[in-house]
Amino acid sequence: MSAEVNSAIKSSEEAKERKGPKGCPVITAERCKGCGFCVEFCPSNVLRMSRSFNSKGYHHPEIVDAEACTGCDLCGMYCPDFAIYGIRTGGKKRMKDEG
Amino acid sequence: MSMAEMEVPRNVVEEYLCMDRMPHMWCSGCGIGTTVNCFVRAIERSKIPRNKIAVVSGIGCTGRVAGYIATDSFHTTHGRAIPFATGLKLARPEMTVIVYSGDGDLIAIGGNHLIHGARRNIDLKIICINNFTYAMTGGQAGPTTPPGSISTTAPYGGFEQEFNLPYLAESSGAVYVARWTSFHVTQLTRAMAECLKKKGMTFLEIITPCPTLYGRRNRQGTGVDTMKMYREMSVVKHGADTKEAAIVPGKEILVGRFVDIDRPTFLDGYNKQMKSRLGERFPEYRGISEESDPLEQHGENEIEQ
Repeated sequence: MSAEVNSAIKSSEEAKERKGPKGCPVITAERCKGCGFCVEFCPSNVLRMSRSFNSKGYHHPEIVDAEACTGCDLCGMYCPDFAIYGIRTGGKKRMKDEG
Repeated sequence: MSMAEMEVPRNVVEEYLCMDRMPHMWCSGCGIGTTVNCFVRAIERSKIPRNKIAVVSGIGCTGRVAGYIATDSFHTTHGRAIPFATGLKLARPEMTVIVYSGDGDLIAIGGNHLIHGARRNIDLKIICINNFTYAMTGGQAGPTTPPGSISTTAPYGGFEQEFNLPYLAESSGAVYVARWTSFHVTQLTRAMAECLKKKGMTFLEIITPCPTLYGRRNRQGTGVDTMKMYREMSVVKHGADTKEAAIVPGKEILVGRFVDIDRPTFLDGYNKQMKSRLGERFPEYRGISEESDPLEQHGENEIEQ
């Protein structure tokens, strides 16, 4: 995966002062159509719309507060273009797997 | 080993999708992709093996789901998703057959099939994406378009009474009826997992934004604005009377699990009736077995020749 993701994972690991699970969003900017669901519905306000464009001319999300990410994967649930998902990097091992 | 050196886990959705077909054809702000996320996670949770799942779609924007999902899938003619799925289910009752289609396909052109599928209680999982319009053909008024809405065929506002889908499904005989919006992703995933477990015809209505063809003309704004509107307007009311679940623009949207009953399915009823009349002479029907399937018997040799 890209260096950008790895640096985001690293910064989420360094977020020792915050309790609870830690995570990181993984963004495939090229697939994004800029609907903004992930930015709007992220419960920790990790994302914002980037000022730059992808090759199709859409603004894509970018990480603004990587330390706040809990890896809840709600961005992954909302993204209609399968262009973003959350992974858990620390704290609780796995998300609650409700049946 | 720190996480930074570890391989990043893949997106669970990508395992179940034909990623070579991405990006898909749905517009920016469309909610169908969100429902596909929930659907894939529900399949993952239900632990049904992938070769036992078949997704059947009709025509329309939602009809494209069958093309994007990497399970057995069937893209059928307009409105006939339920008849195709019925045949599939009766030939192979061990399959979990999901009909994933839109309101124009299931309710308008395929309305007759929906009510009779529900009446006969064929073991199908109906997922009906309701975006209030015929989106793929350019935003014409359909049977789910609420009165007063502007559409290409109703430029001064529609006036026809629209279908109340949960009420229609319940009165036709569906055993599980629920409605969620694409905003309620966790509840939607849970409802889809419940549908996959349930025996009989389940009906799940999902209200999704169509910013390009419906929202734009009806002052709903972008996809995000519509989703925010769903968040504010929806009221969760499990077990609510489906008569009250009609959607009126500007009023609250009732969501929740409305009906959850048990009723013998079509195949159960068939086997029971035949057994009662024919007794021992009737071997219980459990689908076309691999021995009796002509394709399995002769198919391989013929292909080799």
